[in-house]
Amino acid sequence: MSFNIYKVNEELREFMPPEVLELEEKATWGNPKRGIMDLPYAKELLEEHSLCAGCPESDAFRYILASLPNPEDTIIVNSTGCTSLVFPHIALHTVHSLFGNQNAVASGIKRVLEYRFPDKIKDVVVLAGDGATVDIGLDCTLQSFFRQERITTICYDNEVYANTGGQESGLTVKGHVFKMAPKGKQWDKVPMWQLAIDSGCHYVVRMTVSSPRRVEQAVKKAIYVAREVGPTYIHLYTPCILEIGRNADEGLEEMKLGDKERFSFFEYMTPQAEEVIKTKKEEGLI
Amino acid sequence: MSNSNFYTGVNKSGQKIVSPDYLLFEAPRDKVFMTGSEVVKEAVKRASVDASVSYPITPQSEAAHLIGELWVEGYVGVYFRGESEFGVMSEVAGCAMSGARIVTTTSGPGTLRAMENFPMWAGARLPIQLILMARGVNSPLTIQPDNLEMSFLLDTGCMVWHAENAQELFDMILAGFVVAEKTDVHIPIITAIDGFFISHTRESVMIPPEDIALPPYNPYTSPTPIIDAEIAPGRYIKDPFVMKSNYISYATHASWQWEIRSAIERSKPYAKHYLRGLIEEYGDNDAELVLIASGTAASQSKEAVRMLLDEGIKAKVVKIKSIRPFPKDELLEAVKNAKYILVPEFNVIGWLEREVRSCLYGKTNIPIIGSPRVAGGMTMPPEIIYRDALKVLGKEVSYVL
Repeated sequence: MSFNIYKVNEELREFMPPEVLELEEKATWGNPKRGIMDLPYAKELLEEHSLCAGCPESDAFRYILASLPNPEDTIIVNSTGCTSLVFPHIALHTVHSLFGNQNAVASGIKRVLEYRFPDKIKDVVVLAGDGATVDIGLDCTLQSFFRQERITTICYDNEVYANTGGQESGLTVKGHVFKMAPKGKQWDKVPMWQLAIDSGCHYVVRMTVSSPRRVEQAVKKAIYVAREVGPTYIHLYTPCILEIGRNADEGLEEMKLGDKERFSFFEYMTPQAEEVIKTKKEEGLI
Repeated sequence: MSNSNFYTGVNKSGQKIVSPDYLLFEAPRDKVFMTGSEVVKEAVKRASVDASVSYPITPQSEAAHLIGELWVEGYVGVYFRGESEFGVMSEVAGCAMSGARIVTTTSGPGTLRAMENFPMWAGARLPIQLILMARGVNSPLTIQPDNLEMSFLLDTGCMVWHAENAQELFDMILAGFVVAEKTDVHIPIITAIDGFFISHTRESVMIPPEDIALPPYNPYTSPTPIIDAEIAPGRYIKDPFVMKSNYISYATHASWQWEIRSAIERSKPYAKHYLRGLIEEYGDNDAELVLIASGTAASQSKEAVRMLLDEGIKAKVVKIKSIRPFPKDELLEAVKNAKYILVPEFNVIGWLEREVRSCLYGKTNIPIIGSPRVAGGMTMPPEIIYRDALKVLGKEVSYVL
């Protein structure tokens, strides 16, 4: 366990900001049963956030970080976009490298950590938006699946390039009008969850983040399967309330609508993944 | 041998760890007859390399295959083929971030495909070694020898060295890891050769025994945190200045870029030691005619100098081994008696001529002639350098090519 790295040096304690001291005292380390139920009590691994007020992506960040079974040995790989505004606020080892290369960087990290620390469990999780995952980064995303890299890829699908000002993306729905698609998008939304299945992912889920408990389940399953079998993929609807003209308090409502239509809960697993999930459930870890 | 106590034990491949000075300067060497690609394998084998990622492109593919053989033989810990040079350069970045000594290879269009990664490597302070086997870039399609691509790399924040032959490549690969991994340097190193001329031709090379190797990389000497969750993360801040529109954010980014350039300059004393000088001079020390060249153009220039000396013309070659950092002081000193400077190059744009001009501007009035230039796969017979030199001197060309 590497949570000792969060212990504050006694000689420097008086200079430490309170949020760093709280990490040592109140965050949940070394407890794979941690989860979203800790949120009201434990120190979160996300220190504030720099997203818009009410952004569902911030909910997703909080639920995911609360659900990591092994945060003290988890590496987060980000990409460019709204998510890249958040990575410096995460109390774990995070990487931002380029726009679209997140699964390639994660592959290198995971393989070297397995080589350097053969007796330790080090989880590598990619958190990136739809542009990064499906447009500019599609090659690196799918190739990491083909190569059976033991990483978890989480796509925050807001169906638009939000951070650059609202341009159409591969995950925009056909017909929606955004910048760079002034006549409405001309082709269908890319079914990324299906591509993930076809490309060799062992656990794939499509959902919104309207239910924190369900996000926790998905994250834990995906990480355990990635650790023991191969690549896993989580597709989350985190609508850009700003770009679709919703108010700050309407994100949840929008996601609940999503639950009923194109983001209805969908889960896929291979027999090997099912085996791992069964075992982890028996151990009380999921 | 100083600090000998640090250099004990064996690496993960079971090779005896020796000091860089011992490996490069003191160990007994045997003569082998090898291609540049084979020499890459021999150097990597003695470098305690943790990881390598490859992608096929002529002329570097064979070197990449041979590193794969080292993985099979247990000398390299991680090895696979990536999806493209863009992917590969990102994968090696991930490997370096999590604490590996890493090497990769590329050529020509692959270099340009990977381009976005190189400033990112430097900005992330990753001491990755890229062995570059230069070939033409597709303007239009070519696979022939040409080192135009090197000019694209000069402002990426990476160190760039240019080897003249397979021997120098062997030594530069080993020295490259040592210099790039110094805490006060810790930036990427690109060790370049002219593809085909070096990669595909065989020459005599002196190499040390295969049972000794460089000390393994200690990632915790990095000036930035290694991404392995073994040390405290370095980026947990409440109000990060990344991507913010304020003066602190601008100043941080600007000063970080200056720092990368300073790190390149700080590599000079180390590079000077391990490369036995940033330049090499050949010919008449008081030469009036100075040929400034790097890579195989330096070999051809040496031949031309022999011909010029036979004619009674005082000439010499100043070979530039390190393009980044650029050896400004050494070059100024080396041309102090020059009346003419010729810069022969294997590309159409004359990037070395530009470097020489910018280095000497305002310091001398010596005419600088960017000639001869060959590209697109053409060879550079010493006779054309000789001919251009005689023309510059206003002498009659005594025999025709």
